[in-house]
Amino acid sequence: MSTKTLEQVESQFETFQILNEEGEVVNEAAVPDLKDEELQELMRRMVYTRILDQRAISLNRQGRLGFYAPVAGQEASMLGSHFALDSKDWILPGYRDIPQILYHGLPLHQAFLWSRGHFGGGQFPDGLNIMVPQIIIGAQIVQTAGVALGLKRKGKENIAITYTGDGGASQGDFYEGMNFAGAYNAPAVFVVQNNRFAISVPVEKQSAAKTIAQKAVAAGIEGIQVDGMDVLAVYVATKEARERALAGEGPTLIETLTYRYGPHTMAGDDPTRYRSSELDDEWTKKDPLVRFRKFLEGKGLWSEEQENEVVEKAKEEIKEAIKKADAAPKQKVTDLIGFMFEELPHNLREQMEEYTAKESK
Amino acid sequence: MAQMTMIQAITDAMRNELKNNEDVLVFGEDVGKNGGVFRATEGLQKEFGEDRVFDTPLAESGIGGLAIGLGLTGFRPVMEIQFFGFVFEVFDSVAGQMNRLRYRTGGKQYAPITVRSPFGGGVKTPEMHADSLEGLMAQTPGLKVVIPSTPYDAKGLLISAIRDNDPVVYLEHMKLYRSFRGEVPEEEYTIPLGKADVKREGKDLTIVTYGAMVHASLKAAEELEKENIDVEVIDLRTISPLDIDTIIESVNKTNRAIVVQEAQKQAGIAANVVAEITERAILSLEAPVLRVAAPDTIYPFAAAEDDWIPDYNGIIETAKKVIEF
Repeated sequence: MSTKTLEQVESQFETFQILNEEGEVVNEAAVPDLKDEELQELMRRMVYTRILDQRAISLNRQGRLGFYAPVAGQEASMLGSHFALDSKDWILPGYRDIPQILYHGLPLHQAFLWSRGHFGGGQFPDGLNIMVPQIIIGAQIVQTAGVALGLKRKGKENIAITYTGDGGASQGDFYEGMNFAGAYNAPAVFVVQNNRFAISVPVEKQSAAKTIAQKAVAAGIEGIQVDGMDVLAVYVATKEARERALAGEGPTLIETLTYRYGPHTMAGDDPTRYRSSELDDEWTKKDPLVRFRKFLEGKGLWSEEQENEVVEKAKEEIKEAIKKADAAPKQKVTDLIGFMFEELPHNLREQMEEYTAKESK
Repeated sequence: MAQMTMIQAITDAMRNELKNNEDVLVFGEDVGKNGGVFRATEGLQKEFGEDRVFDTPLAESGIGGLAIGLGLTGFRPVMEIQFFGFVFEVFDSVAGQMNRLRYRTGGKQYAPITVRSPFGGGVKTPEMHADSLEGLMAQTPGLKVVIPSTPYDAKGLLISAIRDNDPVVYLEHMKLYRSFRGEVPEEEYTIPLGKADVKREGKDLTIVTYGAMVHASLKAAEELEKENIDVEVIDLRTISPLDIDTIIESVNKTNRAIVVQEAQKQAGIAANVVAEITERAILSLEAPVLRVAAPDTIYPFAAAEDDWIPDYNGIIETAKKVIEF
């Protein structure tokens, strides 16, 4: 009897897809009403992000960037979901979710400063509704419940969206955040980017649950599993979740099935230790760029020339951004002290004097 | 002036701030309709509505995250952790997130959050209710930690805590909630955070203390007076940051000091006070600065509290050791 219940639950979470690997529409009714320019913009962003990933990896290897978590493979999941947002929606990113906050308005050189470990990375432009990428896996989920409740109480027509990975769905904060948002009917969207591995641990070792989307059931909220390599499906799922949230129909958990082609981070992780080349090949065939490129080419909306333009622009802007990051002033201890409190307490006032004297030598 | 217990003064401070600023929100487990397990929020939901004073699901970490998120959207959260022994569930939110928000954004975002929570022994609570864990908070950069010992201090400090634009952990000793009444102005007033209070002036010995130990120290001072030992009692009120000036000024006058805390010797903040005095006033000292603290065991089973919690006899004994050194 219990097995039957489980099967019934799991059958509610079939993968939502619009484009197959060949770029063919397999779910005509779900195709979003996007203008040609919007479709092209989505493609431009994915191509740009792929180049950014390649450049970031090599800049990291040259020692010109610090902490970096590769994103190649997850462009559809990241940018399709972001494309469904309003510019005033809040994003609470995990450490891998740099592309979303870049396209929300974070200047690229600030993303690079964050990577290097410079406070300038967190000094966002005014009015940009994001948090600093969260290193504590799950913390962004409980905070999202709070931001969403705050938006609701302030009468804003905006949502809070957050991202974590498949491993993150095992955290207590993951459950608590969804459950709080559900209990307060707060306008939140929780995205789990299931790239099948949490560093070296495969998703099967995280949970006996067949999908992550079904974890929404525990919070009494909507859950959907989406082909995370299909930018249109991710866009549609996020847009609908956003609309439901704003209509007072509660939060949604979106699981995007995706893959990271690169290592977990650039801090010495070697995916060949835990991932087979067969699995890599299988997911390379699902590349979100390949599929969407074919779709757009079929509509006469994309050409090699257009793609090259994006590639060149990306390289140029990355070069500029690195230069700008290089020009950021070196951090001083007095800067760090100054950021601790609105008004410095006694101990920090003393230490401020001490370091001011040191720094003026 | 009204005669209030400490818990009434705490309620009064929250009422004042809920009235004063519509962005102040009070929330936690059972703080709404129920008025809190200690009645600290009694009547507040009725007066200000469910949008201002509300219950949460039973999950401390979620409460901490909620506070951070609400703070980001312009609210001033006053969150309650039902007993401070439960802080471990929300340690990341308090000591890994809200304390760092201003710093990690280079001043762009901040967490105007007050974390209220009862703690303290002597009332025979079950496990993990009475533990003195303020030392953990005091070691966390980015937090201020406040522990009032009187109704008057409780109100003025809580209003200051709520108005502070950085996170304040405000710890309420359960034994002091209703054990006595004190004069509390009905109108609003503030007491600056980080400012100690000399609860009793004296010239022979300084006792630096906080929380329930303030009262044990005052009682010890009365006994010592009978033996012509004139004790100055400093109530820290804020244990992080410390009011160094008040402590050092007193030690320079009395030349002898002890530090009294309810926490275990390896915990609390007494060691920090001793170090500060040693660094800044060693030439004034006629004797080493000794500590009165609980044994370094787990917090006692309820029936063993009386033998375990430091009391005024222990304070008298240590004071004499320093006097007779």
